[in-house]
Amino acid sequence: MSKTIIELKNVYKKYDDFTALKNINFTLNAGEFYTLLGPSGCGKTTILQSIAGFTEVTSGQVLFDGKKINDIPANQRPLNTVFQDYALFPNMNVYDNVAFGLVVHKVSKDEIETRVHDALKLVQLEQYAHREISELSGGQQQRIAIARAIINRPKVLLLDEPLSALDAKLRKDMQYELRDLQQRLGITFLFVTHDQEEALAMSDHIFVMNKGEILQKGSPVDIYDEPINHFVANFIGESNIIPGKMVADYQVAFLGHQFECADAGMRPNEPVEVVIRPEDLVITTPEKGKLQVKVDTQLFRGDYYEIMATDNQGDEWLIHSTNATKDDAVIGLTFGPTDMHIMRYNETETKFNQRLETYED
Amino acid sequence: MRRSFKTMFYTPYMLWLVLFVISPVALIVYYSFFNIHHQFTFSNYQEFFSSGTYLTMTANSVLYAFLITLFSILISYPMALVISKLKHRDLWILLVILPTWINLLLKAYAFIGLLSHDGLVNNIFQFFGLPVQHMLFTDASFILVAAYIQIPFMILPIYNSMTDISESYIKASRDLGATNWQTLTKIIIPLTMPGIKSGIQIVFIPSLSLFMLSRLIGGNKVITLGTAVEEHFLTTMNWGMGSTIGVVLIISMVIVMLLTTTKRNRRRS
Repeated sequence: MSKTIIELKNVYKKYDDFTALKNINFTLNAGEFYTLLGPSGCGKTTILQSIAGFTEVTSGQVLFDGKKINDIPANQRPLNTVFQDYALFPNMNVYDNVAFGLVVHKVSKDEIETRVHDALKLVQLEQYAHREISELSGGQQQRIAIARAIINRPKVLLLDEPLSALDAKLRKDMQYELRDLQQRLGITFLFVTHDQEEALAMSDHIFVMNKGEILQKGSPVDIYDEPINHFVANFIGESNIIPGKMVADYQVAFLGHQFECADAGMRPNEPVEVVIRPEDLVITTPEKGKLQVKVDTQLFRGDYYEIMATDNQGDEWLIHSTNATKDDAVIGLTFGPTDMHIMRYNETETKFNQRLETYED
Repeated sequence: MRRSFKTMFYTPYMLWLVLFVISPVALIVYYSFFNIHHQFTFSNYQEFFSSGTYLTMTANSVLYAFLITLFSILISYPMALVISKLKHRDLWILLVILPTWINLLLKAYAFIGLLSHDGLVNNIFQFFGLPVQHMLFTDASFILVAAYIQIPFMILPIYNSMTDISESYIKASRDLGATNWQTLTKIIIPLTMPGIKSGIQIVFIPSLSLFMLSRLIGGNKVITLGTAVEEHFLTTMNWGMGSTIGVVLIISMVIVMLLTTTKRNRRRS
């Protein structure tokens, strides 16, 4: 287990009649990539701002390296931020922008030169040192913003939706680069985004947030495979969520059938929700299928077909398939016990984790 | 059809330009080549650039205009900075601009009331047991009142350029470790430079020829180019010489404009 670098304890942020953060608790370990993921207005940027020092929390503690930093002004906190709009100073060229953090700390000229050169090399823009900011493309500005933020060698880098202004192709490239950069520098990244794909691709750990609360913490795979509730299941990836009933351990009933599943630890006959990811559904003939659905539409997405279908109860099903099917055809769907994930209503993260421990090894 | 439509829109603007901009300037230049006996001559310019009186007067005018501009920047900049941070900043800036709606002459007389021998300021001095000061008809009072008159014109462009600065630049500067002072000198002042420059353009030129204030507040001890123009046109009736000074003022205006126009494509090696 590596060392804790940032810790938030019982953090609340209240405005006049609005609570932006409700009892936020988490720890960040040195050298790992964390993502705060949630829809806009969920409080993820507020968390970032309170760590950076631009917002004061109403109550609770923000700890850096074990020391409380609530009252330390932003310019004395040993961490740096990459802003959503990059905030590159238009009155300075690339070199002066990157050097700014060193100039204000009165570092010697020679050292500034070598460190700026190294930082620009890291983001592969060393030949752009004397360009003006207005002469750079969006992707280049993004990299300069990162170079400027790491020049002071912070232990933690905060990134506030830095990829949201880039086009889709560039955004994918930058995902690889950011991940690579984080691993080379070995510093902690706290990344804020509303894009679940970005979060899944880059993070070691994801914190899913909604309405000022952290709903679930975990690795991308854990969160994708075992979402804690309806919101998380819907927000991370696409899913089919069907109401059902837990008959007994490892036995779930929905749509008039009983299936074997991989979840346990619930009351007998407890009402639950069943999540099945669209890519886990396999299309077969109606006779062989566990469920029969009628195809409504299908869209070709390039690497797969996205098929919308309806079962006899009127529930919609989303299926990802590499093979096309016919409109209005009745098809069978099969899935294995581990393809289903069962969610209880109103289960907290702690209870969820405790339950998992009772039957997982 | 379209053409005549276009001309229709152009005409008022062109008429205005010709009647009120081009022809007065042309007339000033024309008159500056005639002496008092209506004979064509270059002697007005010769006299201006060879006589000690006019040159010291020019130097004086430039010095006073410089001081007035300097003091109005020194007062306006911090004021704009504070107002731009206030909650109801639009209301506050309106209050600063409000005095420009009052006639200049009225404001000058108000200052006479304040600064005179039996004025309010001296009354306050006496109340605290301080000796009576002669403030009216001094250089200092002239600069004070002139700066007061010019402050709204200086503050407005500076304030506008300040409110244009994105909050994230300030945050980024703080985030990188800059103190408030470093943020001010390295980020805010350079980014508000265009505002300061237009403020200088608006304030410096009129300050070169403030004749009414130099009479009323400066007590005619301060003689600027503006006073000289007034004297030549109204008292000595030497329109030629008055126009020559006018031409000099126009040229100095062009110089100030050129000096303060922001050049883009700044590059450093």
